[in-house]
Amino acid sequence: MLWSDIVSFITQVLSRHRFRTIVLWVAIAIGVVAVNLLTALGEGAKSFVLEEFNVLGRNTLIILPGKKETTGGMPPLTGESPRPLTLEDAQFVSRLSGVKSVAPIVVGNLEASYAGKIREALTIGSSRDFFIIRQLSVAQGNILPELDLDKGEAVCVIGNQLQKELFGQQSSLGQRIRIGDTRFRVIGVLKKGGTSFGFDMDDVIIVPVANAQSLFNVDGLFRLFAEVRVYQQLDTVKRAIVDLLTERHEGEEDVTVISQDAMLSSVQEILDILTIAVAGIAAISMLVAGILIMNMMMITVSQRVKEIGLLKAMGATSSTVRTLFLCEAGLIAIVSSLSGLLLSHVITSIANLYFTDLQFYPPWWAQVGSIVLAVVFALLFSWLPAQRASTLSPVEALQGKQQKETT
Amino acid sequence: MIELKHLEKKFHIGDQVVHALDDVSLRIEQGEYIAVMGPSGSGKSTLMNILGLLDRANSGDYLLDGINASALGEAERTRLRSDKIGFVFQSYHLVPRLTARENVELPMMLSGIPVKQRKKAVDDVLDKLNLMDRAHHSPNQLSGGQRQRVAIGRAIVMKPSILLADEPTGNLDSKSGEEVTKLLESLNDEGITLMIVTHDPTLGARARRQLNMLDGRIV
Ligand SMILES: Nc1ncnc2c1ncn2[C@@H]1O[C@H](COP(=O)(O)OP(=O)(O)OP(=O)(O)O)[C@@H](O)[C@H]1O
Ligand SMILES: [Mg+2]
Repeated sequence: MLWSDIVSFITQVLSRHRFRTIVLWVAIAIGVVAVNLLTALGEGAKSFVLEEFNVLGRNTLIILPGKKETTGGMPPLTGESPRPLTLEDAQFVSRLSGVKSVAPIVVGNLEASYAGKIREALTIGSSRDFFIIRQLSVAQGNILPELDLDKGEAVCVIGNQLQKELFGQQSSLGQRIRIGDTRFRVIGVLKKGGTSFGFDMDDVIIVPVANAQSLFNVDGLFRLFAEVRVYQQLDTVKRAIVDLLTERHEGEEDVTVISQDAMLSSVQEILDILTIAVAGIAAISMLVAGILIMNMMMITVSQRVKEIGLLKAMGATSSTVRTLFLCEAGLIAIVSSLSGLLLSHVITSIANLYFTDLQFYPPWWAQVGSIVLAVVFALLFSWLPAQRASTLSPVEALQGKQQKETT
Repeated sequence: MIELKHLEKKFHIGDQVVHALDDVSLRIEQGEYIAVMGPSGSGKSTLMNILGLLDRANSGDYLLDGINASALGEAERTRLRSDKIGFVFQSYHLVPRLTARENVELPMMLSGIPVKQRKKAVDDVLDKLNLMDRAHHSPNQLSGGQRQRVAIGRAIVMKPSILLADEPTGNLDSKSGEEVTKLLESLNDEGITLMIVTHDPTLGARARRQLNMLDGRIV
């Protein structure tokens, strides 16, 4: 039988049994859409999260107090160790030859007030280099001045939103706001936009690290950012930092130094696993479609027993009959999965119009995989019915009896 | 030419054995017109099915134009069948979703014959059977006689040498039955071997040779 004839023969069958065709079409398309949308969601979330983590640049090392023994998995983002990381440690690190700059971090929530208005705000104590490492810039005024790390100055840079809430339309530069129980002069307002590590940078106060330590009454640092001069030295510098701090901490290795790449790759790993898991769950809906195909094909075969007998009497071999039934399922699967793919693209395009922060796009492996899976499932699940059709005895089949051929 | 030697066909129903064909030997020359008659259950259809390569005998030999059909595999039997044998059934067996034309074309399509070649052959057949104006009708828009004519068209489109008709007029009134019989006879006049199973003695008498069957034997 010619391929063109197989296709037209099948098309006639499909248009004749419209209800069955539509049910299978919908079932397969749903499976394909599920795989593509869920993976698009997973990938969208992944790129969103990675972007969030990506603000530091590749040259930055993050030094955390406390030792994480486990390799792989998420490094500790919070956590106190018995021996804190101190400002002195930070100064020593900054003197290492490969280190360009350091930004010690102390954070906490404090009340900020101005002219009777009180807001709770995330207060970050750091240095001028923090702005450079984090690529933060000001809309008005200046960033923190160059100071020795252990020297304080009662100045602050505030987030855009906070400036609006405390000052309204009024200019805030040069004004004094009360943070905790100290007064700070506002010297700059951050540019709008940007969150990182879940900190909403529109709503923060940044003060010199020494001031923050006395505000929170702590000696330790929450963490320390160190920027290396050249990326190639990242690992050497990392080792040097660990060695230096181990020596300073009486021979005990009680800090964790991680690079952004390492952090990103472990985050990425987790999100990839998540996406694949989600795709797997979606693939189950394809399995359901597959079982539906099997049932429907079984019914078709029993409904068309006489026709099968006739086809055999008219010169169709068993393999021709098998091919006809397999191709019938295969054709439905191809058409349905392609339209499912199209629908997924329409849905993600519309979603992308509405959610500009997050871009959804089904990954190529999900697009290809969902179609391949749909076709493979269709062929696999229609194999049994097709095999049954092909082995029917023509004499019995012509009488409408479903009996196997005896050879 | 067909030669049957000591054909046996048994059916097992439970622990009972039905001897549908019992030592049947037969020689049929090309172009013969044979009527097969006999009471119900005497084995007429069984004989036709085996002659038509739709079924196999349990023992005995079947030579079709010198080819030992009993020794062939399924695919070869299918090829031989579509080359040499046309079937006409009592209940037409047209595919309802296909038009008259497509039904006639079906055997050629199944054999993978190119479209151009098919068109000519189908046109010729439709023309010959006076079905040109019904070509695009579906079977349920046709009368019984017309349906059987479409079925005959389908049986002869591959230019077989043997036409096997199992009670071809059994579902027809006497007028269209007569038309169909005449059509089959005219095909026989052109050289095709015609074998008709019938319960009608006058119809059977028109054939040049009669085979009477009883309990699986030719008597
Ligand atoms: N598939 C089958 N299974 C069991 N027995 C069968 C089968 N086909 C035929 N037989 C039996 O074989 C015998 C011959 O049947 P066959 O159909 O050849 O008779 P027939 O002469 O064509 O009868 P009718 O005139 O009623 O069509 C009958 O006894 C029938 O019951
Ligand atoms: Mg019969």
